[in-house]
Amino acid sequence: MPEIRSPADGANREPPRIGVYVCHCGTNIAGTVDVKAVSEYAAKLPGVVVSRDYKYMCSDPGQGLIQQDISEHNLNRVVVASCSPLLHEPTFRRVLSRAGINPFFLQMVNIREHVSWAHLDKPQATDKANDLVRAAARRVSLHKPLQKRRVPINPNVLVVGGGIAGIHAALTLADAGKQVYLVEREPTIGGHMAKFDKTFPTLDCAACILTPKMTSVGSHPHITLWTYSEIVKIEGYVGNYKVQVKHKPRYVKEDLCIGCQECVTACVYKEGKTPDQFNLGLSKRKPIYLPFPQAVPQKVVIDPETCIQFKSGKCKKTCVEACGERQAIDFAQTEKFEEVEVGTIILATGFKTFDASRNPYYGYGRYPNVYTSLEVERLINAAGPTSGEVVLRDGTRPKSVGIIHCVGSRDANTNRWCSKVCCMYSLKLAHLIKERTGAEVYNFYIDMRTPGKGYEEFYDRLLDEGVHFVRGRVAEVSDWAVHPSEEGKLVIRAEDTLAAFVRRIPVDMVVLSVGMEPQADAQEVRRLFNISCSTEGWFLERHPKLAPVSTFTEGVYIAGACQGPKDIPDSVAQAGAAAAEALALIDAQFVELEPYTAFVSEEECSGCKSCIPLCPYQAISFVEDKRKAAINEVLCKGCGTCVAACPSGSIEQNFFEDEEIFAEIEGVLAYA
Amino acid sequence: MKYTYYPGCSLRGTGRAYEESLLAVFRALNIEVQELEDWNCCGATTYLSVDELTSYALAARNLALAEREHRDMIAPCSACYLVLNKTQRYMRDYPDIKLVVTRALAAIGLTCDDHVRVRHPLDILLNEVGLKAIAEKVKTPLKGLKVAPYYGCQIVRPYATFDDQHNPTSMDRLLEACGAKIVYYPLKTRCCGGSQKGTLPEIGLDLIRYLLSEAQKNGAEVIATVCPLCQFNLECFQKEAVNHPPISMPVLYFTQLMALALGASANTIGLQRSLVPIAPVLARKEIAYA
Amino acid sequence: MELKRTVKFEADRDPEFARWISHTVGGERIRECLQCGLCSGTCPLSLYMDYTPRRLMHLSREGFKEEVLSSSSIWLCTACYACMVECPKKINVTHLMYALKQRAIEEGFYPKRFPIPVMAQQFSRMVRRSGRITESWLILQVFLRTAILRLLGMSKLGLRLFLAGRMTFKRERIERRPEIAALLDSVAATRKELAL
Repeated sequence: MPEIRSPADGANREPPRIGVYVCHCGTNIAGTVDVKAVSEYAAKLPGVVVSRDYKYMCSDPGQGLIQQDISEHNLNRVVVASCSPLLHEPTFRRVLSRAGINPFFLQMVNIREHVSWAHLDKPQATDKANDLVRAAARRVSLHKPLQKRRVPINPNVLVVGGGIAGIHAALTLADAGKQVYLVEREPTIGGHMAKFDKTFPTLDCAACILTPKMTSVGSHPHITLWTYSEIVKIEGYVGNYKVQVKHKPRYVKEDLCIGCQECVTACVYKEGKTPDQFNLGLSKRKPIYLPFPQAVPQKVVIDPETCIQFKSGKCKKTCVEACGERQAIDFAQTEKFEEVEVGTIILATGFKTFDASRNPYYGYGRYPNVYTSLEVERLINAAGPTSGEVVLRDGTRPKSVGIIHCVGSRDANTNRWCSKVCCMYSLKLAHLIKERTGAEVYNFYIDMRTPGKGYEEFYDRLLDEGVHFVRGRVAEVSDWAVHPSEEGKLVIRAEDTLAAFVRRIPVDMVVLSVGMEPQADAQEVRRLFNISCSTEGWFLERHPKLAPVSTFTEGVYIAGACQGPKDIPDSVAQAGAAAAEALALIDAQFVELEPYTAFVSEEECSGCKSCIPLCPYQAISFVEDKRKAAINEVLCKGCGTCVAACPSGSIEQNFFEDEEIFAEIEGVLAYA
Repeated sequence: MKYTYYPGCSLRGTGRAYEESLLAVFRALNIEVQELEDWNCCGATTYLSVDELTSYALAARNLALAEREHRDMIAPCSACYLVLNKTQRYMRDYPDIKLVVTRALAAIGLTCDDHVRVRHPLDILLNEVGLKAIAEKVKTPLKGLKVAPYYGCQIVRPYATFDDQHNPTSMDRLLEACGAKIVYYPLKTRCCGGSQKGTLPEIGLDLIRYLLSEAQKNGAEVIATVCPLCQFNLECFQKEAVNHPPISMPVLYFTQLMALALGASANTIGLQRSLVPIAPVLARKEIAYA
Repeated sequence: MELKRTVKFEADRDPEFARWISHTVGGERIRECLQCGLCSGTCPLSLYMDYTPRRLMHLSREGFKEEVLSSSSIWLCTACYACMVECPKKINVTHLMYALKQRAIEEGFYPKRFPIPVMAQQFSRMVRRSGRITESWLILQVFLRTAILRLLGMSKLGLRLFLAGRMTFKRERIERRPEIAALLDSVAATRKELAL
């Protein structure tokens, strides 16, 4: 038997008295691991005083068992072999606290995710569980008593993204009296929702329900709205973030512009020449413009790419003339940087729609009358490029329209996920198109997915309205006419899988129901805020069920479609949840931080300074008089970078000290 | 208790025993019936296939005639029961149908105001007479005779007016009150094939085979039916439908079993008309009847 | 091996037929059909059908008249109403089967000597003449027109039924037979007048 290491610092010299607790987790663990055998094996390990197995260790009786053993057997160390520490480490630490010993005298062994869920062979899984329990028993002897740190929370909140989710989160927090900084990179807030005409399933007008919220944001005393701005840098930690914001030049002074748009009328361009981004290029705008009539803030913006003054410097500047004494136009504006301090951050950066030209067989970009769903939203919108008329490129009304679902969704060649909203918005578009044009409307779908309040009923309504539903993924849209009736039309070819034959359906207009994708710069944003992404690029929640708006970074929350495809109700609900989480943190006034900080052993530090630039949190400073590195415990997040980098091995980290890790490794390798 | 009685064509032909036994049961229970004067064919399922409007008019003539009597009308045949009920419902739901039918009736001097309740004997016996009253009048208890209760379609489908659509039990309870033992019969509402035996024989035989085999498997000594067509299919095509080994399963109207228990003699309730006799079963059970 | 074109052009569709089915009695909700297939699953006859009831519903509402009216399924339906009771959308499938049968008969979409329409025609003829059905005569007439040979096979059963008093060649008749003719004529006249 190898000897048990005793703690190096001598702080805790009493011999270890370990209790080992093996959880069945119902059949989750016990189905694959012989938990009795693991418990019996653990009982024979050096230092182990008591070893038990129990159906649910996390239950009240399970916790009571441990607490009772600690006092009866005078235990000073506990090993719990159960699920991931992410789930129940706090639970069992509380048990230790209640029993009167330091909560960090606990070591958890994950025999569920790492053993029972990963293996099929029971004897082998049991062996592995034994190995891990043995390693934990060795390591736990070396645990030192640690204390959590308390830091105060700055009550200000940063909300990133001014779509419906960001708007709702910002208003909720501001109404609660918190100071909110809402940062949006476009010149106006409103996001995708501002582009829609109607919303499903109630068909209420998107603008009617959105613009009041937008104006509230613009005028709220507790909201600082920064549009045309981006976050460039984040420092700090939960409760105490320092955020650097870049304000892009609008070339219009926001405090002076009143949104009268006389400058736009006066612009030397009589007609717009540049594709209007807000209308998806379906109309043209001038170099000086207001993104859309209800934009918040009501401030124009100049596009330097197309403005003659910027290109040649030889413009008559009729805009400046029109602005007159206000003198709001400022061609000399430059980027500005500003720094604010906040305690919590809500990311609501939204999504982008699938680029339909990636599915070339649907002819987007090749046939003018193949549209994306978002383009059709603009066509239908009364404030859109056609004033709400659904017309083809030549201005005529379509007599037949095909709506193709799942474009860029449920497709291993592009995106595998279901975008969740397309079935419903396709139904909505089908209804609106039929209502506006009287056209025959065909929906081509794989499955109709309408879970949600009033959604299935909406589907019923559409069925009843006589819209055609063809169950089959469309293979091709082409202008190749086989039958005389197909001449001059776009022919959709698909198997009608319910009728069990292939159909060719000629239409005038094709609508591609494009799916939702993570923003193109989602990866950069996640790095900036130090959170994780799923493989698809959606921001990763801390737990898919139990912590859906939290991230693995304390104090950073996510809301809306940046986390995954989501419709308006879900986005708003999530935004409310994120705001509530932030409020809960703010109201607690302080936060407890894990004590996993690094510390420098001064005798061994050579003063080489190599750790200082590596620290992502600027927590290491150089103490000139001692010529040694020093780590600020409050700033250190326990990432371990300096620990690994220190050439002299003089930096160690609480809870992850070398001797603890070596003891664990030795334990794993020491086959009994 | 007095009712108008609408026999329907089948009860004057292949289903004569149904009428004989039904009237015997009614007599024993003091239910008075008066046959609908000059009734005509209801149109059945067949007429609906060629000309539904006409079939509603045909059914409505009977309803109109019945209205004059101001009594509920009993329709023992499943097809008649359904068609008469359906006609009433469709006249309520579809103005066009009501218009066509009203005009047609007017042409022969009749009106139809939708106030006759068309009822099934099961409904009358269970809900008007009651199990207790029936049990009290039983003279020849059926001594645990094992009965598979077969309701077929059209009695509880599509309109469930007096019993559960998926698991009707009215006949079960009536026969239990007469001392019979009801065997488990999961196919109690499955279709017998209707007239398919006549038109597409192979398919009709398949459906008949399922029903007979299941009854036999579950230990039934007799199948009780409520419909002349079901009874005909199950009894007359037994030899064709099940031959390895052959089956001998008496198929009676539920009213024949009830009448027997209420003390009617065999020949007055049409037992002699059976192609598969029940006598050996009754003898085995030592059920003595007149 | 005979190869034929199976692709369907929009021109193969008959929108009028689709309109008709959704406006016919019982067809009000056919467009709401979810294509769940419960009707086919519950149908005791679907085992023998070329198109299951679910497929017929879809083909009908899309207007594929040829396929629907030449399907054997509409003749197999016995009107047991199982599909209608179970349908999650309360679609009157059974009644639509009736409607399709009528339409198929009107448009001559059935094989010659096919017993079901023959039976229906003989039935209606007998009702018009007598006001009631005499089963023995009906069966005789149907078999005479469709399968004379099978009649011989049935003769033994017929004899037994005759001896049991369940078959008679005495015709059932109502008293006021002219009423039936007047009734039917009125229906025909109103139908014509209102173009039903």
